[in-house]
Amino acid sequence: MIEKYRTQLAFLVMALLLIIVGVAQSWSVSIGIFNLCIVSAIMAMGVNLQWGYAGLFNAGVMGFTALGGLVAVLISHQPIYEAWSIAGTGMLISLFIVIVASISIFYISKYVNSVFKKRFLIVFVILLAAIGLGNFYGPSVDLIEDINPAKTGFLGGLGMPIIFSWVAAAFAAAFLAWIIGTVTLGLRSDYLAIATLGISEIVIAVLKHEEWLSRGVKNVTGLPRPVPYEIRLQESEWFINFIEWLNSSKLSAIETVSSKQDLLNKLVIEGSSIYVKLCYAGLFIIVLAVLFFLSQLALNSPWGRMLRAIRDNEVAASAMGKNIVGQHLQVFILGSAIIGIAGAMLTTLDGQFTPGTYQPLRFTFIIWVMVIVGGSGNNLGSIFGGFFIWFMWIEAEPISIAFISLVTSGLDYGDPIKMHLIASAPHMRLFIMGAILLITLRFMPRGVIPEKVVRPR
Amino acid sequence: MENYDLINALILLANFVIVPALSYGSQLALAALGITLVYAVLRFSNFAHGDLMAFGTMIAILITWLFQSWGLTAGVLPTALIALPFAMALTAAFCLITDKIVYKFYREQKSQPVVFMIVSVGVMFIMNAIVRFIIGPKDRTFFDGEKFIIKAVEFKSYTGLPEGLSIKSTQVLTIVIALITMVALFYFLQKTKMGKSMRAYSNNEDLALLSGINPDRVVMITWIIVGMLATIAGVLYGLDKSFKPFTYFQLLLPMFAAAIVGGIGNPLGAVAGGYIIAFSEVMLTYAYKKFFMYLLPTNLEPSGLMQFLSTDYKFAISFIILVIVLVIRPTGIFRGKTL
Repeated sequence: MIEKYRTQLAFLVMALLLIIVGVAQSWSVSIGIFNLCIVSAIMAMGVNLQWGYAGLFNAGVMGFTALGGLVAVLISHQPIYEAWSIAGTGMLISLFIVIVASISIFYISKYVNSVFKKRFLIVFVILLAAIGLGNFYGPSVDLIEDINPAKTGFLGGLGMPIIFSWVAAAFAAAFLAWIIGTVTLGLRSDYLAIATLGISEIVIAVLKHEEWLSRGVKNVTGLPRPVPYEIRLQESEWFINFIEWLNSSKLSAIETVSSKQDLLNKLVIEGSSIYVKLCYAGLFIIVLAVLFFLSQLALNSPWGRMLRAIRDNEVAASAMGKNIVGQHLQVFILGSAIIGIAGAMLTTLDGQFTPGTYQPLRFTFIIWVMVIVGGSGNNLGSIFGGFFIWFMWIEAEPISIAFISLVTSGLDYGDPIKMHLIASAPHMRLFIMGAILLITLRFMPRGVIPEKVVRPR
Repeated sequence: MENYDLINALILLANFVIVPALSYGSQLALAALGITLVYAVLRFSNFAHGDLMAFGTMIAILITWLFQSWGLTAGVLPTALIALPFAMALTAAFCLITDKIVYKFYREQKSQPVVFMIVSVGVMFIMNAIVRFIIGPKDRTFFDGEKFIIKAVEFKSYTGLPEGLSIKSTQVLTIVIALITMVALFYFLQKTKMGKSMRAYSNNEDLALLSGINPDRVVMITWIIVGMLATIAGVLYGLDKSFKPFTYFQLLLPMFAAAIVGGIGNPLGAVAGGYIIAFSEVMLTYAYKKFFMYLLPTNLEPSGLMQFLSTDYKFAISFIILVIVLVIRPTGIFRGKTL
């Protein structure tokens, strides 16, 4: 019985947990968690595509997420015309040099046969490009960063609606994945893990230090939103009427006009924040649904079956004439593109881009826990994993603080051991994550919602 | 002073490139040795190694504080050196416990290496949490004793040269201790019976089992060595720079790069890889302006910093070296895979 309704049961428990938070803490918190749960679920689906379908270990989720965030900035921020007019040409020439150098290296490695000549030519091209960049790139960067450094100091973006960045982020992440994949996928599987770990660190380093690109650690704040602002909702007539109508029974119970108005104001402020979060939730659910539908379609297509065949037995699949490296590259690119979308959505939700907050534990390894706990190879499992693990990640802190307060309740307030333990309580969430991962791997190695093998008729 | 320009340039290089790179390389080599041993004997990439180092260092710091509170110091040497053997023993025990609770199950199941790798991610989370829980995520220095062996000022007044050479005692300590550790490890692997059986097990598991080698013992000894190496590497790094859990986690990339560049599974390769990564990192991020100012005539002095890459990108260097080696010679410099 439980086996049969496992999926439904898992999601029911999840919904109950969110409802409990809604009632016990507040609905605003609950919907906030829900939104991030969806973003996590999308990331987990991307990793699931790579790991669950194809068995690729991508330890660079953070890099693709951050790249998605960067794309959100570059698409939505207003262009800084001053910077473009002063240093735009220099930057465009630098870009041109990089492109020409990359294309020539590509053709040299493809058409020059002698190994020695090939390496010599590649080094030569890189040196030429470095000299060219030294003349154009460096000075332009200084010029850009000098323009109003407290507020802008970067090139700005395209000034388009931020929703477009969700699509653009997919392409950007796919491009990065194509480069990494071409270099590392032919090698042994653990090397991919290390290489992606390295790439993600490099992406973060670039975002932190290239201030002309996205202001580095000075952060870009105030990105435009795809949904209304709370303050405008609170002023608009229809929203106030709507809230009044929703709470009419509560309001009519109050006698005096002034306290009625006070309560209404409070309700409107609370309601506007929930309304905005619900708008985001609506947008995110659409993205999640589309991606889930496509992933499911891919999984049950001949392409999906081929990937699983490659995953389960590379030698046999290769003997059947499947191009293993090529298929791995394809699925690696697709999975990374999905992670890129999630990254852009995350930055959209935050309304700001803060490269300093990207940390591998939070953005790479947590996603892995989600996939493993949810059930690798199963998209519903990944969605559940994304929801459950994100929920635990947020709620672990209050839980561990409550737990530690309970354990140390015998000690006086101000006792050094107690103070240290309570101050350290937030670190318990890492412990809980590790414990959940290890327990799942040990007792439920296929995850909460295991992979189903669908046999075609 | 015209004639001394070359000497000045060399001293400058020794001060800012050679000595720091040698000590950083020794630390990386010890860390990479741990990774390579786990890979050779237990056959997986251990993501928890950075946090194991942090754990060992944390134990050493706690014991150091205990000794300091007793008034026990090592005079000119840092107190942490007295604490080191105890920390090594405790970390080795911790490794054995982790193996018994976590890894043993998967070994008996004969799980795939990638499963071990994911398990090591779980262990990484837990170790990370333990370290942050006990000692906190902040930066800590636990160095005491004499800081410099040669001070820049003394060197200047002694030699009369305008360029000073300063050598920190931690740098010399690192190099000396690392050398002793490596010699001991290679002696153990090459000459002792246990070391030979470890190499045999790593080379061909089935054949080793047939010749009567006890696999449990091999695994046990490996974890003990790995725990001790990680502690030594972590403490030396912490003494030389400072202890911060997140930095230790970030060392994972250069450590793995060192092990893979040298040929993963090959101890000699790990040592070579450690120095290669360290030297490239330091040499490529050093600003050579002053160096060229000594060597070139005044009218040819460089205008820029003469820095190949800003220090912000030192992670990129280990990564690029890794990629270049993997593309040109996928097995690493010393063909890896067995001890």
